[in-house]
Amino acid sequence: MSAFSTTIPPVADQEPMTQLLAPDGTRTPHEELDAVLAGHSTASPAGAAEGDASATADPGPDLASPERLRGYYRDMVMIRAADLEATSLQRQGQLGLWASALGQEAAQIGAGHAARTQDYLVPTYREHGVAWARGIEPMRLLEMYRGISHCGWDPYELRTHPYMIVLGSQAPHAVGYAMGLQRDGLVGTGDLDSDTAVLALFGDGASSEGEVSESFTFAASFQAPVVFYTQNNQWAISVPTSVQTRVPLAQRSRGWGIPSIRVDGNDVLAVLAAVRSAMDAARAGEGPRFIEAITYRMAAHTTSDDASRYRSSEEEQQWADKDPILRLRRHLAQLDEIDETYVKACEEEAHDLAMRLHHFIHDMPDPDPVAMFDHVYAEPHPVVERDREQYLQYVAQFEDDADSTEGSGATGGGSGR
Amino acid sequence: MADPTDPQASGSAPDSRIVRINLTDPGEGLTEAEIVDIKVSVGDTIAINDAVIEVETAKSAVELPSHVAGTVTKVLVSIGQEVPVGAPLLEIDTSGGPAPEQSPAAGDAVEATPQETAQAAEQDRGQDPDSQRDADPGQSVGSAQDAGSAQDAGADGAAEDAGEDQPKNLVGYGAPSAPQRRRRRRTAQEEDTQVPIDRILAKPPVRKLARDLGIALADVLATGPDGTVTREDVLAAQQRAMSGDTVTVHDGQYFPEESPQAPEGLDAAMKSSRHQPFAGVTSDERTTRVPIRSVRKRTAEAMVASAFTAPHVTVFNEVDMTAATRIVQQLRGSREWSGVKVSPLVVVAKALLVAIRRNPEVNASWDEDAGEIVYKHFVNLGIAAATPRGLIVPNIKDAHLMTLRELAEEIDELAKTARAGRTPLSATREGTITITNFGVFNIDSGTPILNPGESVILGIGAIKEKPWVVDGQVVPRQIAQLALSFDHRLIDGALGAELLRDISAVLEDPALGLVWG
Repeated sequence: MSAFSTTIPPVADQEPMTQLLAPDGTRTPHEELDAVLAGHSTASPAGAAEGDASATADPGPDLASPERLRGYYRDMVMIRAADLEATSLQRQGQLGLWASALGQEAAQIGAGHAARTQDYLVPTYREHGVAWARGIEPMRLLEMYRGISHCGWDPYELRTHPYMIVLGSQAPHAVGYAMGLQRDGLVGTGDLDSDTAVLALFGDGASSEGEVSESFTFAASFQAPVVFYTQNNQWAISVPTSVQTRVPLAQRSRGWGIPSIRVDGNDVLAVLAAVRSAMDAARAGEGPRFIEAITYRMAAHTTSDDASRYRSSEEEQQWADKDPILRLRRHLAQLDEIDETYVKACEEEAHDLAMRLHHFIHDMPDPDPVAMFDHVYAEPHPVVERDREQYLQYVAQFEDDADSTEGSGATGGGSGR
Repeated sequence: MADPTDPQASGSAPDSRIVRINLTDPGEGLTEAEIVDIKVSVGDTIAINDAVIEVETAKSAVELPSHVAGTVTKVLVSIGQEVPVGAPLLEIDTSGGPAPEQSPAAGDAVEATPQETAQAAEQDRGQDPDSQRDADPGQSVGSAQDAGSAQDAGADGAAEDAGEDQPKNLVGYGAPSAPQRRRRRRTAQEEDTQVPIDRILAKPPVRKLARDLGIALADVLATGPDGTVTREDVLAAQQRAMSGDTVTVHDGQYFPEESPQAPEGLDAAMKSSRHQPFAGVTSDERTTRVPIRSVRKRTAEAMVASAFTAPHVTVFNEVDMTAATRIVQQLRGSREWSGVKVSPLVVVAKALLVAIRRNPEVNASWDEDAGEIVYKHFVNLGIAAATPRGLIVPNIKDAHLMTLRELAEEIDELAKTARAGRTPLSATREGTITITNFGVFNIDSGTPILNPGESVILGIGAIKEKPWVVDGQVVPRQIAQLALSFDHRLIDGALGAELLRDISAVLEDPALGLVWG
């Protein structure tokens, strides 16, 4: 007998996955999460009654009402259309890059709607559905991927941090922000409309980054109001999750004493309920939570990647059968709460959005090449002023031609790469 | 030359209803791509985002969607061609396209007078009117440069203004040559003088090399990043100097008098000469050098790996294919099989599968690292296919589970896909046994080389009518030679021979398939 505990389970399926909607759309009851969806937050014994009474949103407290469900469906259809359009735009030379979130719509729309207005969300670079749910127009995302804006929205106004490209770098920021909330007295007062929590989003690949582990440590030590939310989309570029971890990701945080759950990330209701419940627990002062949402990145890692080089079409087909949008539509059909007219209207609206994005990007004027110096410091700064001057001189030494009007002054100047 | 009054500057040809689709950088920082499929032809009507061209880059195979709706008026590239980022691919007439999808800006432009559009263009660019000078069609600087880039692209004359016609691509991700195309504004002092030599960019060892060889850096065509002179450039200049070629100096940049022309009939890949400006016919015109890349490179690696790790043994057998040929004809004539392409290859494939079933030990591979022989309980049947891009071996997954008809359909599909150059990488992986059909070249036999990772490959020669002795009588029969190569590390001669005998037996007496299958 070894003195070491050797109960390291194989990754496969040692962790149960909570699911409210089966791939065929059938609803599975779940006592605790159903209560969360109904608007009776079970997160905090003290906050429960409060939550019920203070449910303010007009559509009523029921997060799974037919009206809301149709809304999630529309959201997902819209964001998928925007996603596909963005991919086309990249292929047309209009975006430098695009990271598709195809297949992760439920994991994102669910999480985005689970957060309350005052909550602060800290995303990766692939949270297009979360951004949509937070009211960020897809145009703003495309601008960033075009390389002409650093963020595109006001992080304070929309309570959503800029997209973070460096894997895991946002996790410490999220924990720090959450610790700030604690110190501002915005946690655990029992008021669901002002108590605030942070949703830190990252992927299965980022879970291997040191920052994520360090963030777990701080969040647990200080019982910070932060929910770590991982969309495990099975692939970190070409590296499968099985290489990233020997135990299910959901089990990792438990070593830090952070309660966790694994949910079906292609099930919008399971995601919504789990994130809402965790966020309400965090805002009530119960400390951090961790959620692993099992989903699938149906497209390549980015437009620069070719997924067929490392995964089989059989695998892709297998996941296509679990499509989150199809699943919700089947559920709505079972409830008899969706008809062809609605489906068609959504598709038309989505097509309109795609065409709007298409023309918005194609017709977009290029920004002033020196605009990039505008927001480096809040106030005038001598070094930046000098840089701006020098850059203007640099740009001015080129003759005008088609290229130089097309943003090459901003992106192709300097070293040229 | 580009129309200086062109309001769109975004891939528009002189006639503003004609919009050009150029090769964008489909990845990050890629510089060229190979055309693997052209999905439209002249006269086709397309909508926004319709896939029009498929290209393969160093990173991936990518379908390029059109950014406009309209009618295809010109196809400027051909399959197999390697083109640089920014090169024009198609021309689309947008005037008759589905109106609702059309950008209002493009529509307005048709109506505008040249002067108005010129002003609009200036406003668009937000730059001083000085730039008009640059757009003067008579100016030689532009034409020399642009003609050069168009020839690089291997496109016809319609593409001459490719440089001016760059769409609003993100140049930062575009070809590294893009910044080079931008011209420095000429100051008064520079106007009449050559560029001072100290402004030529080159690393110290390159400068020393040039000095040692007696080459003036000013005479060297710079191809390095940001217009730097590389070691190769100096060596190329030396060769040119020796062969008497000349270069012309244009505004501080250097261009060869003529771009090298690839001779007809050679792989179009070599026409991509942007990075190897002198790839092609050597200066003595006695040889042609073609970069080793893509499928040719992979084929070579695979063949070397296979031939030098697995000791090959090949056994041969002549087979009377008369009965098998008759089956093929019967199936072709039957109504149930109409629409299915049946060839002797299908019957041979089935015979091979039956024979593998009787000799499952041949369906194995040698795992050197693990020190194990891996016996497969499935057959992924590879079919070697000669494609425009070279030899590839896609395989039919789980062929052992298939009926004859399924097999026929799969082989047909696989061949079509391969010929179209659309075989996905996954189809070439995890093969277990391969068939190669020499018959299509009308030769009798050969010694096939194993597909790496496999232990058996079956070659089929052409089926020819020959005299054959049947029951003591010489009669004309349909004869073909089979050649079976196997990895002698794990398959002994007796086993290999038995496999070939079983295949032959099924082909000569297909009824055995009922007994053994």
